[in-house]
Amino acid sequence: MRIEELLNHTGEWLRGTGPSAHIVMSSRVRLARNLEAWTFPGKSGKKDLEAVLKSFGEAVNRISALKGSTLFEMTELDQVDRQMLVERHLMSHEHASNPEGKGLLVTAEEVVSIMVNEEDHLRIQVMRSGLNLSEAWEIINAIDDALARELNFAFLPSWGFLTACPTNTGTAMRGSVMMHLPALVMTKQINKVLAAISKLSFASRGFYGEGTQASGNFYQISNQVALGHSELDIIQNINGLIRQVIEQEEQARQALLLQNKPMLEDKVCRSWGLLKTARIISSQEAIELFSMVRLGLDMGILKHVDHKALNELFIMIQPAHLQKIEGKKLNAFERDTKRAAVIRQKLGGKDV
Amino acid sequence: MTCDICGKKKATVHLTEIVDEQMSEMHLCEECARQKSAQMEQQFGLADLLAGLSDTSKTASNKDADKNVLKCSRCALPYEDFRKFGRLGCGECYSSFKEHLTGLLRKIHGSNQYLGKSTATSNDPQVKIDLKESVALLPSNSIVDLKKQLQSAIAAEDFEKAAKIRDKIRNFEQKD
Repeated sequence: MRIEELLNHTGEWLRGTGPSAHIVMSSRVRLARNLEAWTFPGKSGKKDLEAVLKSFGEAVNRISALKGSTLFEMTELDQVDRQMLVERHLMSHEHASNPEGKGLLVTAEEVVSIMVNEEDHLRIQVMRSGLNLSEAWEIINAIDDALARELNFAFLPSWGFLTACPTNTGTAMRGSVMMHLPALVMTKQINKVLAAISKLSFASRGFYGEGTQASGNFYQISNQVALGHSELDIIQNINGLIRQVIEQEEQARQALLLQNKPMLEDKVCRSWGLLKTARIISSQEAIELFSMVRLGLDMGILKHVDHKALNELFIMIQPAHLQKIEGKKLNAFERDTKRAAVIRQKLGGKDV
Repeated sequence: MTCDICGKKKATVHLTEIVDEQMSEMHLCEECARQKSAQMEQQFGLADLLAGLSDTSKTASNKDADKNVLKCSRCALPYEDFRKFGRLGCGECYSSFKEHLTGLLRKIHGSNQYLGKSTATSNDPQVKIDLKESVALLPSNSIVDLKKQLQSAIAAEDFEKAAKIRDKIRNFEQKD
């Protein structure tokens, strides 16, 4: 697969269906693994990194579950291509910034991706649509087993999987869920909810992962703890917490409808109008409007909006994607113009 | 009172730390306090966990000397570098720094007992974890109560009481 082919579609996890898809956009599980025979990437030279990448590539070729996947070598991609992979949630910013010896494996529908030589030798991730951590765990568990038959992982029976950062040691698993919580934001309850989440040893982050601000009412919630519980245990804990947050958001949505339906409808419909007609739009403004349209759709205020198209726009309106679609470099102003055009086209806005 | 770090400016920030019922105090000037807290905020707060673990100024100096020369037997990563950057160099670091990591892992995860899957190639078959059993290991009511008490003690700024409750929680978790 050439990298340009990714542009023809977006990840399967953006299809906008699945359990609690009206509030949970997607679920992700990731595992960190290191190969016993080499020092961790941060302590390895170019030769060692390349040797790890090579033996990983050979192992993948022997695993039938990973047939049809593509292994990109970061040094063969330019900066915009690498940024595009970050924007698709396939890899981290860190992985894009220093390409030497790094690789990324992506399966056909972008369900599975594996970063090679990021902070750990392997960072395996599985993405699913809606609240579906258990399914993501089943898939990633099978892939991990298949890889473990080919590669010797650094592991101690007492401490589990050994990782570069001790915050991951143990299961080396992180489950995270992307939630859309506009009603909790509008009713000013979100800080209370986030405070409760952090008290329970869970972390909340923005849409684009570690170190990002929440935007457009999207919050990513994940576990912090990797020792003292089994993987299934951790996933059940996250599920339990997420269900409570879903309930809170649902109640807040009902409260908004009861208290001020006309105001809510106005907000949603104006957002829809702006998206279909704007000629210049920043990504921040776009995401905030998407959030309102999505809320309108989920609450039955808007009916004829394609959920999947809306989800895909989250990915397509980002800088590297806009430049790949246009086929050339764009400055900030050109991107804002192109972004507005892509949104109008995707949402079927007629040119007025 | 002058600052414990620079020894020049007037100390206006007073830091009290209680570890295992041992109270230690630090008096810092604003500038040094800001520097110290900036250092602690790096590495996702890992640095302050590590700082909390490190022996405070009042403990025996020969222990510190040990730490300065402690290195991983395989990748030669000095323990000091791990303390600074929060990243280990290889799998063997876990054995080389075992003594220090045991406490650290407990601090981070609230437990240092691995209950996850075994590797497919692992030669020593792990005891299969019964799902129901794992659920039973979840914090019981009493620990939840203790944590609530801890929160309210902190809110009331009764740090001595808070430290006692925290140690109780630790004992409780160790028994698990």
